[in-house]
Amino acid sequence: MTRLFDTTLNQDTAMLIRPPADIPPSAITPPEIYRDRRRFMQGMGALAAGAALGVASDAGAGAKLAGVRDSAYTPDEKRTPYQDVTTYNNFYEFGTDKGDPADRAGSLKTRPWTVAVEGEVRRPQTWDIDALLKLAPLEERVYRMRCVEGWSMVIPWVGFPLHELIRRAEPSGNAKYVEFITLNDPRQMPGQRSRVLDWPYVEGLRLDEAMHPLTLLAVGLYGEVLPNQNGAPIRLVVPWKYGFKSAKSIVKIRFIEKQPVSSWMAAAPREYGFYSNVNPQVDHPRWSQAKERRIGEFLKRDTLMFNGYGNQVASLYRGMDLKKFF
Amino acid sequence: MGTVLRKPKAWIALLCLLPLMRLIVLGVGGGLGANPIEFITRSTGTWTLVGLLVTLSVTPLRQLSGRAGLIRYRRMLGLFSFFYACLHFVTYLWLDQFFDPAAIARDIVKRPFITVGFTAFVLLIPLAATSNHAMMRRLGRRWQLLHRLIYLIAVLGVIHYLWLVKKDLTEPLIYGGILALLLAVRLPWGVALLQGARNRWVPARS
Repeated sequence: MTRLFDTTLNQDTAMLIRPPADIPPSAITPPEIYRDRRRFMQGMGALAAGAALGVASDAGAGAKLAGVRDSAYTPDEKRTPYQDVTTYNNFYEFGTDKGDPADRAGSLKTRPWTVAVEGEVRRPQTWDIDALLKLAPLEERVYRMRCVEGWSMVIPWVGFPLHELIRRAEPSGNAKYVEFITLNDPRQMPGQRSRVLDWPYVEGLRLDEAMHPLTLLAVGLYGEVLPNQNGAPIRLVVPWKYGFKSAKSIVKIRFIEKQPVSSWMAAAPREYGFYSNVNPQVDHPRWSQAKERRIGEFLKRDTLMFNGYGNQVASLYRGMDLKKFF
Repeated sequence: MGTVLRKPKAWIALLCLLPLMRLIVLGVGGGLGANPIEFITRSTGTWTLVGLLVTLSVTPLRQLSGRAGLIRYRRMLGLFSFFYACLHFVTYLWLDQFFDPAAIARDIVKRPFITVGFTAFVLLIPLAATSNHAMMRRLGRRWQLLHRLIYLIAVLGVIHYLWLVKKDLTEPLIYGGILALLLAVRLPWGVALLQGARNRWVPARS
């Protein structure tokens, strides 16, 4: 099944995905500039903590990731500056303000870290994060990210397709859905002391969505190790769905038969459905989804169906009423 | 200049301008964050609500302190609330919607939080327009009746905030709690409570 998926989609994507952008490197804000300040503020403490735990310093946020391949997934759009990608975040585990994750995620320890792959699979396994990083070649994928709140970014992620992991787990015939579970530890994630959501954070995909070549397990951005506030050490990126579907700081991936109830579905079932595909025609009950503000732009732009990935993913939802399965 | 600074009114006016000055300083210095329009919208909305609550606290403070003269500052506080409401509304019209009349009309009709926010703003206009002495004299008793609209406006303001947040209701509930308190002390038993507190804590002036 994977094989079939791959070949058909590669043909598709070769046709549909535009050639790599010719943004000159000078137009992209160099991450070093932004890193310096953050390093000054957090670096000493983080380094000291890292040394105490015996962690190699190159595991930390901001370290360059080696051997990252370019990929065809590079839209001809201006990337959102590193500074904005790493300081304007929804990550309620660290607080509900957009600035909270950048301010407070220093308490998250990303080593040692394991990801348990379990449930309806023939080969359940608990992966050490460093082994997981070597599971498949890392590639850069520049994806649009559309938040359900009506803003968007363009982010150069580094990671590998989730299907690489799924293939190795060998899902059984009962595996219809995949559930992603975020770390639950209020000592490391101070926002979890508030009951704003039911912890741990849970998200889910249908197995075919999880197998889709666009679905990424990200371990970095801008060629560097993922900053804690962006979901370190490993997170999901599903670019055609609203941002909250892309679970962060994942500790468990479970294959199940029944559709899981995600944290946002549990919190507000009328407002957040299981699919949560970006869809300008289906409004959030309290606000419109027709337009979005790209971070860094003044005028709002039209939101695209499936966040502009319709050519690749629309077939997953053929025959479904997307107003009903929102 | 010296005499101006000795007037409490001048100080209060300066204080009321601080939120705007903060926005200007942050804006010039690029300090409004990744989403400056959201920042400005939230900030002007917050200060409108704070202004309304401060305006509503003048009367209870008078009763509590026995300083009837505090009434002199109420109009200015109310007008500053209106000033921030105007900034909030203009931010929405211009920066957020870029004067798209169709989108704005749809929003006002279809989005309950915008409907109540817009209603609150429209209701503020007659209060601001009738805030001078001439209008007070002309309207007589009806002036007070008209200006009781501020209770409704403040309630709509809190609902506007409650309905727009995604999940974390903490902040709107804090504003709601303070508003409930300010309204409760206007009820007969609330007034009696304030009188009692004043008699106990504030030494009677001879």
